[in-house]
Amino acid sequence: MKFGVVVFPGSNCDQDCFYIVRDILNKPIKYIWHRDTRLDGFDCIILPGGFSYGDYLRTGAIARFSPVMKSLYAFANKGRIVIGICNGFQILLEAGLLPGAMLRNKDLHFICKHAYIKTENNNTVFTNLYVRNQILKIPIAHNEGNYYIDEEGLVELKINEQIVFRYCSPEGKTSSEFNPNGALENIAGIMNKEGNVLGMMPHPERSSELELGSKDGILIFNSIVRWLENI
Amino acid sequence: MIKPEVYRSLGLTDNEYKKIIEILRREPLPTELAMFSVEWSEHCGYPSSRNLLKLLPKTGKYPALIGEDAGGIIVDDFAIVFKMESHNHPSQVEPKQGAATGVGGIIRDIFTAGARPIALLDSLRFGTISSPYNKYILKGVVDGIQFYGNCVGVPTVGGEVYFDASYSGNCLVNAMCIGIAKKARLARARARGAGNSIIYAGASTGRDGIGGCSVLASNDFKEGEEKRPTVQIGDPFTEKCLIEATLEALETGYVIGIKDMGAAGLTCSTSEMASAGNSGMDIELGRVPRKETDMQPWEVMMSESQERMLLCVKKGKEKEIKRIFTKWGLNAVVIGKVTTDGILRIKDNGKLVAKIDAHSLTNAPSYEMPYKKPDYLEELNYLDIDRIVEPEDYNNVLLRLLSSPNISSKEWIYGQYDHMVQTSTIVLPGSDAAVLRLKGTNKAIAVTTDCNSRYCYLNPYRGAQIAVAEAARNLACSGAKAAAVTDCLNFGNPKKPDRFWQFRNCIMGIVDACKFFKTAVVSGNVSFYNESHRGAIYPTPTIGMIGIIDDATRICTQYFRKEEEAIILLGICREELGGSEYLKEIHGLTKGDAPYLNLDLENAVQQTTLEAIRKGLVSSAHDCSEGGLAVALAESCISNKENMLGAVIDNLNCKIRLDALLFGESQSRVILSCHDDSVEKIRNIANKNKAPFRLIGRTGGKKLLILAKRKEIIDLPLEALSREWRESLKRQIRT
Repeated sequence: MKFGVVVFPGSNCDQDCFYIVRDILNKPIKYIWHRDTRLDGFDCIILPGGFSYGDYLRTGAIARFSPVMKSLYAFANKGRIVIGICNGFQILLEAGLLPGAMLRNKDLHFICKHAYIKTENNNTVFTNLYVRNQILKIPIAHNEGNYYIDEEGLVELKINEQIVFRYCSPEGKTSSEFNPNGALENIAGIMNKEGNVLGMMPHPERSSELELGSKDGILIFNSIVRWLENI
Repeated sequence: MIKPEVYRSLGLTDNEYKKIIEILRREPLPTELAMFSVEWSEHCGYPSSRNLLKLLPKTGKYPALIGEDAGGIIVDDFAIVFKMESHNHPSQVEPKQGAATGVGGIIRDIFTAGARPIALLDSLRFGTISSPYNKYILKGVVDGIQFYGNCVGVPTVGGEVYFDASYSGNCLVNAMCIGIAKKARLARARARGAGNSIIYAGASTGRDGIGGCSVLASNDFKEGEEKRPTVQIGDPFTEKCLIEATLEALETGYVIGIKDMGAAGLTCSTSEMASAGNSGMDIELGRVPRKETDMQPWEVMMSESQERMLLCVKKGKEKEIKRIFTKWGLNAVVIGKVTTDGILRIKDNGKLVAKIDAHSLTNAPSYEMPYKKPDYLEELNYLDIDRIVEPEDYNNVLLRLLSSPNISSKEWIYGQYDHMVQTSTIVLPGSDAAVLRLKGTNKAIAVTTDCNSRYCYLNPYRGAQIAVAEAARNLACSGAKAAAVTDCLNFGNPKKPDRFWQFRNCIMGIVDACKFFKTAVVSGNVSFYNESHRGAIYPTPTIGMIGIIDDATRICTQYFRKEEEAIILLGICREELGGSEYLKEIHGLTKGDAPYLNLDLENAVQQTTLEAIRKGLVSSAHDCSEGGLAVALAESCISNKENMLGAVIDNLNCKIRLDALLFGESQSRVILSCHDDSVEKIRNIANKNKAPFRLIGRTGGKKLLILAKRKEIIDLPLEALSREWRESLKRQIRT
């Protein structure tokens, strides 16, 4: 089982993801420079957070043209596992590997804090170790996390159970009061129809060790490991 | 013949100009004149302050690294490199870019030493928040810090924010960065070895920031002057790539020396690297990558374009180094080579435009500045406490203090900064100090910045000592032993004797306090000319302090954790109100003397706190600072949003005035909470250290209740305290 974390110029959570996989999960992981196109031998690719190319244009809009992305389409189309975190999620949206788009946060500020999300679907590659509706304490840190999709798209997300996480209160209420960034229906994370590509704004790599205030995110990585071990 | 108005407009005096002619034995060429003007400026050459800065202690508990862009300490196999630097005038002129490039500049000072930047802090000061213009500056500065720091991937973990009318027209933005390196991987800022190559790396050079250090940073503000073109423009994306490329380049072992191009750009990096290595350099400006056409050689030499580095690379290894920078999408061009004669020769497409002994540029003149105690001080220090009317409604006073912009929660600000990236922040912003674990070790470091400039205004010597003492106290409350200091000294015009007297006394205060705590001052920065039409700012010697925690599992935060625990006060409440937030906010007075400080008592309290935390006896520790005991207690109740916890305080020593007891700002006081089983153990530790110890109450409930002289003098529900403390800054910024 081998993980890879893509390094775009401007990625800044690549080393954090690397650390979690290598030092906490004790699984092999390699950095993949954005110009590398060989993804053979990897079982799971992580697109990390950060500001790829500075995100001076729309977030992720330039990164989708990086050479690695062509290979990533093929990788994803083969059903291999891809997880995009924060900027990684934004890149997956721009690349069309996930539906919808990201707008600026409703109050137009960068937000960094611990948020709460609810596991809407625990029958996935990424959440199979959570119980349904399990609440996770997990940090967010972004300027553009206000997820948007048109009505038709939203219906489709719901029919296919693609909504994986929603922002909520510590007790699990998913009302707008507990929506930090204005995301449509409190959506914090979605997957593709096939269920092998996940994008999420919160940072599981920042909530996988107790010293950091929460270990709730580690089960995402562990779920992936478990799924990979069982195929 | 160069006209006096020309060199004067560059900030050089008649005498300095004469000295340049003596050195060169001829009239300087235009590029040479420009180079002297920036290297000898207050910002780069420290002519007014150098003699006093020599007094700062260079040794302490840990082996210190001093002398280049940033200093540091050695802890085991690691070097912890850190520095704080001001970007005040640029931020006043163009708040967003001024603050952003302040952050960018200080980060470069760290990775140029070979250290990976792991944390940022910002000490900010603005004029009164009610003024729309000050709000504009505050918002711009915060926007600049988040824009740069978030993108570059270095967590902004702490700092401080103060408001006072003295900063209207001259805000302060002091940015601090901390980095960590393997001891063996530290880099030097020097050029050595004849024939080795000088490589320019990073962003291209433009006309931005020309004269930033000489014209902008080394002069008073005068109204109506258009200084915006002297402010640099930051590109954090390029900086992020530059960090990675530089650290990768240093790993090769082919880099002999490296220096960032900050203030004074190419002039500073070439002359200081040559001078430090006792070398010379031949430089060809025609090879310098440009953003603009038709730049004059002196413009290229003075440009403060951001995100650029200068490297001295082993001959024959240029390709390897260039390959790394190219991979990261950055320029890397050989622009010259090292020579042995100590002369800096600058050519522009073959034409010699400067030929100067490198040492003569880096040995700026040094002046003994006249100083005089300000006349107003005697009147200012006089405070007849009996004429201060004690409040009738203490609840109201506490709520007003909690909502004062100097005391209220700064979450609106730090919530916009990514303080968690790099996953090492184990105590987040909002406690006495931030704590960062050092991955791969059991250790952690605590970091804080501190300065109460009102105290320094009333009593520069003691105010500066208090800044050091309080920084160390903040660290002790986190479980860290104070290890070393960086200082960012913000003052008015040094040519005015009353301002220089403030500077001199503050330095003496830092010297004595740092010697006492055995904390070396490893790096720092002086920012003079912080004046507006209102006069000088309050003297503001910001102290940045690093503390070491040997066992990262034994750390502490400021908020109460459990119901029914004992609350202990270490230290003494004195009957003093001078310089307090209470006196200012409630009585409209900035008067009296700075609080009393006894360093032995301070040490006793800190030692007790530290030992108790290390033995795992303590649930929370919080120091008493602005707003005094009552505010500190309220903060301990409410600062953990998810678990607010009340307290009943019924055993205070009420021999002094109640307002002084509750809101006076006596130093050397810490509030601890602990399980009942730990009380006697902590008492023993306090006795051993000779620290005054008093059980003052218990945690629990949903309100803060303080009884004094058998009356319920404070009785407030936690929601009310929390609302005032949490919401007021946001409210005041938005309205």
